[in-house]
Amino acid sequence: MSKSGKTYHRADEPIFWGLFGAGGVVAAFATPALILITGILVPLGVLQLDYASVNAFASNWLGKIILLAVIAFPMWHACHRIFHAMHDLKIDTARGFFKLFWYGMAFVVSIAAGAYLIAI
Amino acid sequence: MNSAMMRVKVQRYRPEQDDAPFMQEFEVPYADDMSIIDALHYIKDNLDGTLSYRWSCRMAICGSCGYMVNGVPKLGCKTFLRDYLNTGITVESLANFPIERDLVADIGDFVEKLEEIKPYIIRQDAVSVDDGEHLQTPAQLTRYRQYSLCINCGLCYAACPQYGLNNEFMGPAALTLLHRYNQDSRDQGRDERIDIVNAEEGVWGCTFVGYCSEVCPKGVDPASAIQQGKVESSTDFVMSKLRPRRPS
Ligand code: SF4
Ligand code: FES
Repeated sequence: MSKSGKTYHRADEPIFWGLFGAGGVVAAFATPALILITGILVPLGVLQLDYASVNAFASNWLGKIILLAVIAFPMWHACHRIFHAMHDLKIDTARGFFKLFWYGMAFVVSIAAGAYLIAI
Repeated sequence: MNSAMMRVKVQRYRPEQDDAPFMQEFEVPYADDMSIIDALHYIKDNLDGTLSYRWSCRMAICGSCGYMVNGVPKLGCKTFLRDYLNTGITVESLANFPIERDLVADIGDFVEKLEEIKPYIIRQDAVSVDDGEHLQTPAQLTRYRQYSLCINCGLCYAACPQYGLNNEFMGPAALTLLHRYNQDSRDQGRDERIDIVNAEEGVWGCTFVGYCSEVCPKGVDPASAIQQGKVESSTDFVMSKLRPRRPS
């Protein structure tokens, strides 16, 4: 009980903050290197990546887990940040809907990525 | 430039005669060691005795002289004219708080929040004075010492965009003070404070902008206290699922 007698409700933020934090770490450490490799060095021909070795990586369980981590966590990170940025921009209408929309998007992308990886 | 004069723009608002705050310009004599407070004193003593502003200690201890100086929350006694020679100076009442009069902000909400978090040592087992003092190791002191240096100036509230958007948010200094008592080895009141920590109005209202820590004149670093509170709240979240807390 607080001094004023006001009741406080537990926020569900710890779940999303945890995923946001994990995504932040991945986005800071792995994403830039991945962009450099897959987005710049390989297209420029500086680095060679052939289909067979990438496919072998994605067929391996450890490879699947790593790929899921570098896709799903930054997705949760981005969606959480956008959801909070809406409040910063004073877009506070239909908060429940947007919460469902953004976290739902992260969820769907995570599940889809997981399903694709399992199918490989 | 010792005998020179310097222009200072000061926000005025006298609710009984002004519809809205406006800026008034004054010329004050410049000296290298002249603070904003000194300039305001000069204005009040020599130019316009009706100017209202809070101050007391003149040494960054009482926390009463917070103003916006060129849009940045500052202590008037710790801010000097010499640092504004090229930009000019505009002094306004603290942002994110209603204006009471001239530079006097209504910080009532801030004071209520400080009280709300129970800023005192809570014991479950009462200890008699005859048992002597509670000893604390240097390591135990270090856990909260920095967070106990707050002078309640409110600069961090004027800096916090989340408090500005929604003043239900407990805000930097109150959450830091809460953390300070939770971290104190003599305190046993964590269970009475955790509901505030866990709430949207508690640590989860913070998006880690970090400007509070930048403007804090005492190096308290409220943003770090709030981040530690988020870890504590997350741990409590998981624990509450595993082992539901007894109702307090
Ligand atoms: S944390 Fe710093 S800025 Fe905030 S009220 Fe305390 S001393 Fe002032
Ligand atoms: S006058 Fe006391 S802190 Fe500035």
